[in-house]
Amino acid sequence: MKKKLSSFLLTALLIMAVLGGCADGTGESSGDNSSVEPGGSAVVGIQQDIDSLDPHLATAAGTKEILFNLFEGLVKSDEKGNLIGAVASDYKISEDGLVYTFTLRDNVKFHNGNAVTAEDVKYSLERVSGLLDGTPLIAALSTITSVDILDEKTVQVTVGSANTELIYSFVAAIIPAGSGEEEGAAPVGTGPFSFVSYAPQESIVLKKNPDYWQEGLPYLDEVTFRIVGSAETALLELQGGTIDIYPYLTDSQAQTLRGGSTHQVAVSPSNVVQALFLNNAVAPLDDVKVRQAILYAIDKEAVNTFVGGGTGSLIGSAMLPTLTDYYTDLNGVYGTTANVEKAKELLAEAGYEDGFDLVIDIPSNYEFHMQTGEVIAEQLKEVGINASIHAVEWSTWLEEIYNGRQYTATISGITCDQTPGYLLNRFQTESAKNFINYSNPEYDAIYLQAQSAQDPAKKAEYYKQLQQLLTDDAATAFLQVPGNLTAISSRLAGYRFYPIYVQDMSTVYVTE
Amino acid sequence: MDTPSVRPGPSAPRARKANLYLAAGLVMTGLAVSLGVLGLFWTPYSTTAMSVPDRFAPPSLAHPFGTDNFGRDIFSRVMQGMGTTVCISVLVVLASAAAGVLLGAFTGYFGGLLDEVVMRFTDAVNGFPSILLALVMISLLGNGRQNLILSLSIVFVPSYVRIVRSEYLRLRDADYICRARLMGVNRLRVLFVHILPNILPVLSVSLLIGLNNAILAESGMSYLGIGIQPPEASLGNMLSDAQGYLQAAPWYALAPGLSIVWLVLGFSLFGEGIRRGGV
Repeated sequence: MKKKLSSFLLTALLIMAVLGGCADGTGESSGDNSSVEPGGSAVVGIQQDIDSLDPHLATAAGTKEILFNLFEGLVKSDEKGNLIGAVASDYKISEDGLVYTFTLRDNVKFHNGNAVTAEDVKYSLERVSGLLDGTPLIAALSTITSVDILDEKTVQVTVGSANTELIYSFVAAIIPAGSGEEEGAAPVGTGPFSFVSYAPQESIVLKKNPDYWQEGLPYLDEVTFRIVGSAETALLELQGGTIDIYPYLTDSQAQTLRGGSTHQVAVSPSNVVQALFLNNAVAPLDDVKVRQAILYAIDKEAVNTFVGGGTGSLIGSAMLPTLTDYYTDLNGVYGTTANVEKAKELLAEAGYEDGFDLVIDIPSNYEFHMQTGEVIAEQLKEVGINASIHAVEWSTWLEEIYNGRQYTATISGITCDQTPGYLLNRFQTESAKNFINYSNPEYDAIYLQAQSAQDPAKKAEYYKQLQQLLTDDAATAFLQVPGNLTAISSRLAGYRFYPIYVQDMSTVYVTE
Repeated sequence: MDTPSVRPGPSAPRARKANLYLAAGLVMTGLAVSLGVLGLFWTPYSTTAMSVPDRFAPPSLAHPFGTDNFGRDIFSRVMQGMGTTVCISVLVVLASAAAGVLLGAFTGYFGGLLDEVVMRFTDAVNGFPSILLALVMISLLGNGRQNLILSLSIVFVPSYVRIVRSEYLRLRDADYICRARLMGVNRLRVLFVHILPNILPVLSVSLLIGLNNAILAESGMSYLGIGIQPPEASLGNMLSDAQGYLQAAPWYALAPGLSIVWLVLGFSLFGEGIRRGGV
């Protein structure tokens, strides 16, 4: 057994070293879309199996990114993160923010050939909001109190409380009336691609929806999402040409692929906020000076260079820089490089002249976070904090650290949706997701004001104050929004990047 | 040279060849072990200090094995990792051999119910793939160096029990043992003073083989992320870190990989030399 393991390792090493050199292909030509020849197919590598084909039940980000091609809501997001009409061509929100009126688009058809009616919209919204059977499937939409059909092209939605960010939740998929039970096995939506087959742990195959409402789209006849076991396998499959697109390259893999000519590697900002989360309720991190010392001690630029190859965007608080209207750059408060003097000074003031021991729990399946941990542990040693890394399994991490809050410090990432307040929401004292135990009454008060603010400018102002508070209190050490490295085969073009986690295949086309 | 073994002594030409094995083994292990032990106390560069400009430096005079993704000197880390791996392996082998000798001596000499119970228990332990068993134990006990040593020791006990027991079975009816018994020598004295020295040649070979297995097991466990935790270096976790950079920085994986091969080959040759009667 032991012998087998070692010989396996060595053989694997040799094979991978040999395969490294095989790369051959043609140059890239990204012509304009007017001359695009429709047809062809593409294979996209994905990291994990999907959790449900029912768009209202799917929760994993890795599933939603695929279902984006099958389903559409009343509205959908474009590649800039703005909402555009999808099943609805237009919408109006009343002055008090309580009534949403959607005008349905003409000629939108389901994959089964039937036209989308107001009945279908009513059914879908009632299903996700819990009006149908009492269980809301999408929490944010549980605020809907009634869905009324005004005429065959107009649907009016009334909500219980005003929230300007609710409109982002209307990306919830529209499905045929009464089809709820069947969606899990044979999903039917209005998206650019329709469902063909799904083999668990293997792949999901989609084909072109010829009736799609956006003229000319999609270009590809068939798209396969194939589950690729590990990042190493993915690289070999990319080089072997068995997958065309892989959106989760590591920095080193990107370097390898850039050396060849078969693929282009594109960098785009992800929607993950990576941070060294500090438990505000556990000594010695309950002392704001200790937390500030940690923030001063961390060299975010070095983390970005070492772990992400410099592709990340540094952040100082809980907001994605891509949400430009709401983002305020707070990197300057503690600096992006280490300030050892200041950190030591604060530690001394807090009574830890000789430093202390700090255990950083890190989910072991995330190489990215583990490496970040190594870098940060080394940086903290400079100021006298003896940091050690404790690798924990993902399920244990979720149970004991995220839900149980039994930890001192941990490194992880939070995947954000498009809602600007998404991250800020969790730092309210009473939030169930407030796993850092941050508590500041001023923060809670401003958050409530921001929630009910109708004027976007006012709301942005509140959000900026909240970010400032988190930074001033050194609530947690926000590090970076890592870059997404996507490999795209040279025979394809038209791939679009979104500020949210989706794989939009509708604009991809074959160049050869 | 003749050994005090009960088996017929090896012929002269074989002994000379055996000395070659022994010499090569001694040189290889001697070099590796002394480098590793030195690495536990002193390394040319810090094993944890990171540096951006030094990332992925190929092997050179300043960094004989190159540097890794954090700009750390791989040679220094291999030294430390080799020391850690050898240390853990020696402890594992000593602990499991001690337990194995005790259990094997009593079961082999006395037989009976104790023998049945212990042997069925070792059968049970043998029934599981050893790495898997160690993994399960670590997941129950928790990650850490002591638990790694403990679980690997338990996994390796049965092999020593079997070897020692069969030797005791063979020797317990030997004439000189019968005579010692007749003279009323204390049983414990018979076990450990009269018999034990006679099984040393067999035991020492199995100790060296065991050391090999322990090195591979420790490396395998650290490779899987269990055992030695980063940033501390061990050959296994270096290999695991390096696999992401196989194409960008092949020297990163080669250094710990070849070190494992070097260690294992050295101990194998050493053991083979002893087995062929080179001592």
